[in-house]
Amino acid sequence: MSEVALIITEAAIKSGILLFVLLTAFAYTTFAERKIVAWLQVRHGPNRVGPLGLLQPAADGLKAIFKEEFMPAGADKKIFLMAPIITVIPALIIMAVMPIGPDVLIGSRLIRLAITDINVGLLYMLSVASIAVYGIVLAGWASNSKYSMMGGLRATAQMISYEIALGISMVGPVVLASSLSLKDIVVAQQNSVWYVVLQPIGCIIFFIAMLAEVNRAPFDMPEAEQELTAGYHTEYSGMGFSMFFMAEYIKMIAVSAMWISLFFGGYLGPFVQEIPVLGIVYFSLKVFLVLALMIWIRATMPRMRYDQLMAFGWKVLLPLSLVQVLITAAMVVFWAPV
Amino acid sequence: MVQLIVFLILAAVCVGSAIGMLTSKNAVYAALFLVLNFVVIAVFYLMLGAPFIAMVQITVYAGAIMVLFMFVIMLVGAEMFQEAGGLNSWQRPVALLMGFGLMVVTVLMIATSASPAPPRDLGVSAMEFGSPAQIGEVLYTNYIFPFELISFLLLAAMVGAVILTKTERKKRRVLRSLRNKN
Repeated sequence: MSEVALIITEAAIKSGILLFVLLTAFAYTTFAERKIVAWLQVRHGPNRVGPLGLLQPAADGLKAIFKEEFMPAGADKKIFLMAPIITVIPALIIMAVMPIGPDVLIGSRLIRLAITDINVGLLYMLSVASIAVYGIVLAGWASNSKYSMMGGLRATAQMISYEIALGISMVGPVVLASSLSLKDIVVAQQNSVWYVVLQPIGCIIFFIAMLAEVNRAPFDMPEAEQELTAGYHTEYSGMGFSMFFMAEYIKMIAVSAMWISLFFGGYLGPFVQEIPVLGIVYFSLKVFLVLALMIWIRATMPRMRYDQLMAFGWKVLLPLSLVQVLITAAMVVFWAPV
Repeated sequence: MVQLIVFLILAAVCVGSAIGMLTSKNAVYAALFLVLNFVVIAVFYLMLGAPFIAMVQITVYAGAIMVLFMFVIMLVGAEMFQEAGGLNSWQRPVALLMGFGLMVVTVLMIATSASPAPPRDLGVSAMEFGSPAQIGEVLYTNYIFPFELISFLLLAAMVGAVILTKTERKKRRVLRSLRNKN
């Protein structure tokens, strides 16, 4: 086989594995969410289907497939059907540049544990995240319903506002590692310390902004059930609804992976140099811990009011992240190149 | 060969989405066609070996500006264009004429230049061309003056926007106090 064919085959195989893993992870993140929230509220949670309720996600999926797809009167048919798809695609492709382990040698071929490593990896993730909002806005608009519309509009305003703080809080690690490639940033942390030590403020800003970016509590304004029924996906049922759900949970996984790669050393951990496969274990473990943290926050924090949310994003997070960038740049130039 | 096929497909999508944007009666559809157009142009940048500009194109145009456009279209509920007619009926022939003129000029420009202008030497090797580090270096050395000028312009625009909303708020407050007096 020629080199080009080999590269294409490798990328195709890795993409297939990534999609499979992400979809399985999505199913079990919903399960984990229900179980953890139940545990925090002293309930049992789902425990009927299969041992310990482990087959619950499969049952949920089957139910969604057989449900009636309902189309509201006066809805824009084409966009109504397209919106869930537009939401899911960015969620599925965003992880393509995420390194989940060090390079491994299989036979005589060096295999990267990421689909690809491009020198603008971080920008790629940011740009994919920034177009993810379209699905939600279009769903809100096409449903021809006031609740959906309000949810869609809120989602736009919120995601645009918090994306700025999200992007600027990434600059710290980028300056320290002097690279936009996630792989380089992780490797730079191997030679120095985890960037959470050097960038504590940036780390917290990124976490808050990423919660808002994926519309998780306490920033789940677009789907605030008390005021908006279910926000932008009020009118969806069956597979359409499941796809919004899928996108939300996969995006949760993606931003968690981003957070740990930027601030918590990604796949790094003890003995990762000797046994590269351990990298995948550490990576999964860290992602799971962040997901658990997000679920924990959802179970305990009340939702923010909409004007507070906007004021917090623009008047607190944005200036704070700018100050953080300024300090980081000054330190790197005048003090010691870390 | 592969590149040519990919280019032809993308070019068809690009031109198609541009025409779709112009001809759709619904403003949301028009905005969506424009987003598709921006994304295809980003892919062109990728094919030309400029990933940084491709990503910036998507983030800024598709991800920020068009989302705001969409927001405004939905907020004011101006989805449906009024049928052309009445006062605006002269616009269509004028637009056609001007569009045709622009196309003639462009085609003439391309046809008369024997070979494309040689790329300017930026002192960058072919491998590193278009990498973020290289763009930063060129931007902050060779092009520092225009860069700062643009930053200043944007800052002025930003301050202007803030001031505009400020006076609006003051006016509203004055109005409210007047109403309370009555």
